Amino acid sequence: MKQYEVTFIVDPVLSGDEIKATAQTYIDALTNAGGTIVYVDEMGLRQLAYPINNRTSGVYYCVEFQVETGEMLTNFELSLRRDERIMRFLTVALDKYGVKYNEDKRNGLIGKKSKSKDKDKDSKGKGRNEAKKAPAKKAAPKAEAKPAPVAVAEEEE
Amino acid sequence: MASRDDIKFLSNPNIGQNRKKYCRFRRFGIKHIDYKDSDFLIQFINAQGKILPRRITGNSLKYQRKVATAIKRARHLAILPYVTDLLK
Repeated sequence: MKQYEVTFIVDPVLSGDEIKATAQTYIDALTNAGGTIVYVDEMGLRQLAYPINNRTSGVYYCVEFQVETGEMLTNFELSLRRDERIMRFLTVALDKYGVKYNEDKRNGLIGKKSKSKDKDKDSKGKGRNEAKKAPAKKAAPKAEAKPAPVAVAEEEE
Repeated sequence: MASRDDIKFLSNPNIGQNRKKYCRFRRFGIKHIDYKDSDFLIQFINAQGKILPRRITGNSLKYQRKVATAIKRARHLAILPYVTDLLK
């Protein structure tokens, strides 16, 4: 059983229903191909870092799924590539750390809550690192290094 | 009269010493780098959007490679720019 993550950008010009329908088609396609959906992250409308097809924004979706073998991915990617509503996509195989990271993120250990708090106190990067590290290993040395953010993260658990 | 603590230096004695660099991934036990997290990745690129070398970030080789892949993935998905000016 391997875990994958596919991120794609849907054309924002479509109506809200159409965007959702597009995303749903691909989620269904994954289930039909024998995959089990772990999580669907609707990242929403975001500004693109550079224009793609004369669009400056896009609707991001990130689907995490498990599948026995990756063979179905060729067909799946082909259908994404042929679809004009999809501006970009990326499929990534997750290793055990990636799976753990996504799980922690879903449970809010890495998410926005601790992020905003960390930002107040420290530079973003360091604060975030603490939050990331806290769920992975509940080690004491971290707490010594940056007491406040870690304490917050652990309490939330 | 004047004890040792009262002695003042003309210039800050700590100024010349540069802090030892370290790999933050090793030190904080970060195992996975998310390519969707632009705020985190932005620390490893310069104002033109180029990936910073290891001698500046202090990353170990293993994690520098992972950072580089994550940045390249982020660029593909238009989360980070390929070329730009005045980023940051």
